[in-house]
Amino acid sequence: MVDSRSWDWETGEKNVSLDSWKKEYRWVEEPYASPDGEKIAAIVNVDEGEFTVCVNGKVWGETVFDKIWHLRFSPDGRLTALVSEMGEWTMAVNGEAWENKFGYIWEPRFSIDGTAIAAAVQQDMRYGMVLNGKPWEQTFANMTYFALSPDGRHTAGAVQVEDVDSGEIHKFQKGSFTAALDGNPWDMRFVNVWNLAISTDGEHLAAEVRLNLYDYTIAVDGVPWESRYATVWEPLFNPVTGTVVAPVREKGTWALAENGKILWDRRFVQIWHQMFSPDGSRLAAIVAPKYGRWTVAVDGVPWPATFATLVTDATFSPDGRRIAALAKDGETFRVVVDGNPWTDAWDMAWKPVFSPDGKDVAAKVEKKGRYTYTVNNRVWSRSCDIAWDPVFSPDGTHLMLRTVEAGNYVRRIVPVSDIVG
Amino acid sequence: MHSFYNFVSGPLAWVAFILFFGGSIYRIVSMLKLVAEKERFIFSYMSWRYSLRSIIHWIIPFATVNWRRQPVLTVVTFAFHLCLLATPIFLLSHVVLWDEAFSISWWTLPDAVADIMTIIVILGAVYFLVRRVTQPEVKFVTSVSDFVILAIVAAPFITGFLAYHQWLSYPLVMCLHVLAGDIMLAAIPFTRLSHMLFSPFTRAYMGSEFGKVRHARDW
Amino acid sequence: MAEPSKKEENKVVDEGIDVGISRLTEEKIQSVINSVIDSETGARLKAYVETCIHCGLCSEACHYYLSHDNDPHYSPVGKVKQTIWEMVRKKGRVSPEFIRRAAIIAHTECNLCKRCAQYCPFGIDIAYLISVVRRIIHKLGVTPLYLQDTAHSHSVTMNQMWVKGDEWPDTLQWQEEEAQAEIPNLRIPLEKEGADVMYSVIAPEPKFQAQLIYQAAVIMHVAGVNWTMPASVGWDNSDMAMFSGDNELMGRLKRTHFETAARLKVKKIVMGECGHAFRSVYDMGNRWLGWSMPPFTIVHAIEFYHDLIKEGRIKIAKKYKPPITLHDPCNVVRGGGLHEKARYVAHAICEKVIEMHPNREHNYCCCAGGGVINTGPPFKMTRIKGNRVKAEQLFGAKTKGAEVLVAPCHNCHSGLHDIVHHYEIGLDIKFFGDIIYEVMEKPE
Repeated sequence: MVDSRSWDWETGEKNVSLDSWKKEYRWVEEPYASPDGEKIAAIVNVDEGEFTVCVNGKVWGETVFDKIWHLRFSPDGRLTALVSEMGEWTMAVNGEAWENKFGYIWEPRFSIDGTAIAAAVQQDMRYGMVLNGKPWEQTFANMTYFALSPDGRHTAGAVQVEDVDSGEIHKFQKGSFTAALDGNPWDMRFVNVWNLAISTDGEHLAAEVRLNLYDYTIAVDGVPWESRYATVWEPLFNPVTGTVVAPVREKGTWALAENGKILWDRRFVQIWHQMFSPDGSRLAAIVAPKYGRWTVAVDGVPWPATFATLVTDATFSPDGRRIAALAKDGETFRVVVDGNPWTDAWDMAWKPVFSPDGKDVAAKVEKKGRYTYTVNNRVWSRSCDIAWDPVFSPDGTHLMLRTVEAGNYVRRIVPVSDIVG
Repeated sequence: MHSFYNFVSGPLAWVAFILFFGGSIYRIVSMLKLVAEKERFIFSYMSWRYSLRSIIHWIIPFATVNWRRQPVLTVVTFAFHLCLLATPIFLLSHVVLWDEAFSISWWTLPDAVADIMTIIVILGAVYFLVRRVTQPEVKFVTSVSDFVILAIVAAPFITGFLAYHQWLSYPLVMCLHVLAGDIMLAAIPFTRLSHMLFSPFTRAYMGSEFGKVRHARDW
Repeated sequence: MAEPSKKEENKVVDEGIDVGISRLTEEKIQSVINSVIDSETGARLKAYVETCIHCGLCSEACHYYLSHDNDPHYSPVGKVKQTIWEMVRKKGRVSPEFIRRAAIIAHTECNLCKRCAQYCPFGIDIAYLISVVRRIIHKLGVTPLYLQDTAHSHSVTMNQMWVKGDEWPDTLQWQEEEAQAEIPNLRIPLEKEGADVMYSVIAPEPKFQAQLIYQAAVIMHVAGVNWTMPASVGWDNSDMAMFSGDNELMGRLKRTHFETAARLKVKKIVMGECGHAFRSVYDMGNRWLGWSMPPFTIVHAIEFYHDLIKEGRIKIAKKYKPPITLHDPCNVVRGGGLHEKARYVAHAICEKVIEMHPNREHNYCCCAGGGVINTGPPFKMTRIKGNRVKAEQLFGAKTKGAEVLVAPCHNCHSGLHDIVHHYEIGLDIKFFGDIIYEVMEKPE
């Protein structure tokens, strides 16, 4: 986890004017705020085919790139982007390009603490992962799904180990894919491999696999579960015990399976996005208890309240006692905490954020193009042009709210009580 | 002959009516149960408005593109089905039977009109028979069962017509008429004559899907 | 009747079907058919089979039937008789040769266009019955080669054309650069979280028709739409698994698509001019996943253009001169009711619109849809000969002066191209986007 104790939780308000940027550059792309709120950055176009990144009004480095995209702050506050120079691509961190260059680079990932940065790369039509600038030694004819371990030490991909030309359907059905951890592929071949998960200790790799056109299961470290299913969804490691849990479909309904054994008594029309509480003791998932109705089930028991359109962005509180999610009915979203939908409906809402003690919940929300925050079912009095997710102070008493208002980036420290009342 | 008549118009008629009503309810209920068990999603798309919109279009002659494309068939099929349903219900001699047995009665058709309606049903059946044998697209999908159900439907009307005009042996024809009626009633829920029961549902479902989801006409 | 000639046509060699058939046993066939019927179907199949009165009134709905001089083998009910009726009646005891024929009928002689549903007095959903046959064919491993290969592409890449993870964003950036030569500050914003619109396309666009992405980007830019495209999987809205009977894969593709929209926090998914993708996103895939309606508003290009023009967000500098005729794609017209909006767009951007008949919901299918064009070269003539009636219809429009055929659907586009070429009709075929791009006001 990122330690936010060293951040400035005292200064009430800090501003960065963005208006001047527009005059200085041909165009300014959408801005990104750093996790500690001290920096605001955007890709800017200097001239035809010349790009750089503007951070708090200054360019991020000497190099002007031919193209920059996917600007993101890592959780530890480094500013990263995918950059191209002389037809080659790589990652740039705080303006410095990695030494290794590639034919292409995409889908960057950060470890939880932000110290590790990984991405998928292609070089000479061979594919692999790159971790902190270092690519896999072994590369593959294709790579389709990617993973970075939570601790940032390992990367994985679904890789093609057997060449199959398009049209060779029977060869394809014999299996040409497998999963690779740190570039080392499993021995067994599968028709398909999807959605990889790496265990907390970084030692184990799980993936959805298709054994033939009809039989699906989960493979862990290259060994498929004995049970076969009509299909499966993404596996997940229990962060404490290391068991693997995945939704599985049998006879037209979904169940959760743990290491190949059905876990919950109850079956659902749909189960996905299962998640463990941080201590691994509770398991929740987004479910459809009946056709066209969605909610969250905790340890197999769905919330009584269900929603018509979508339930998404479910999250456990740090102590694992509470769950917040977003529910969509028709065109509007609400924050739902422990099954209770909040009063206000929004055109869009973002993943709810718990305070460290789990007592308070905050979320960024938007209505008619104006952004604000909702905390414990109360709404902040201001609305803004742009906003980033709220951040609770380590003691949970304050919120850092990062917004853009009238051409200014504003970093505010607001007492939670100011919003909650 | 007399005892046979008593049998077909007594116990057998009871059986026929029980099979017809009981069977119809059973078929519909079990079909709905099957939906609930295996295709529950269907319920979420059903709409009264669009079900009725579709059904109404299809039960009015020439209200749909296909009815307009097939004018002769449309006239025949509407006349046939209307007479098929109305004649036995509103026939004076049937109502008399109800009156005698249960002391209930209702409006009846003049006999001459009922006679014409009977002829319409018989001619309709003949038309369908000829169509089945001569039209390649119908012939191709015709099976023995199609002739059987057509016969089941035509038989009560042919025998009724003969009985009314007292042609051939009246007692025999009368027995056959009642027997044919019993068979037809009993057959409705258990043969493809069950389109009488299910077509409102299939139509309503398609109407709902087209109206509510597809925003298009299904006629 | 065309019994002998049909046998002739059955000699088509398709490695997917032929190898699949060679591996079948009667026991396997029986167990697969019965397991699909018992565990995957219910009241619909039962009611449809038992309600059908064998009247043949669906026949004239079918372009194959009409194009084959009313050969009853090609009538909707005729195809049902030759496939699922027999399977049900014989409780699955049918021969490999029967399955071969069923595969060809279900995959190449029916476009699942649902026109017959509008002609059946009982509203029997014959396309559904044929889909059940395709499901059985899939489970038996007898799907035509090209279609199966497309399904394999979907399974690996989550797109239709084996477009690899890097090729997609690379293509978008290339198109962005191209378009910047015309409009210097134009962007194709990738991964822009919180945009209003996620624009999704089918894989042939980046693979072969990248100019369509270019044109869409220009339209978005000029209209000032707050839009984005994903740089991950989930960008492709196409779905041949839906047509190959691989429902599990269909669900996987649609989940990927919807969750990409959810991740990008967009309010709507706007899709390019594609019909089957609309069907899969709006009607089929969402259902398999448990959504009665899609979790995001789906806006097909026709409706999107309609709204942009109506709201004055794009203005027409000079209407398109050549007279056009408009093809109504089944999946967005019979499947989405967009026929009047299509006409609004057509009249707004073209000087002269000549109607072909029948039209709107009663249009004739292009004969490419329903996965039929995706069965590839072995069955190209099946769909061209199977749609002579469309050629006649197009001739009619041409005679009235039409020079350009607008087909706002990819499959229609390609299928009609083959028909126009084979029957020497002499019509240019365009998407709405082609014409809008040409006639709209653009920044100097």
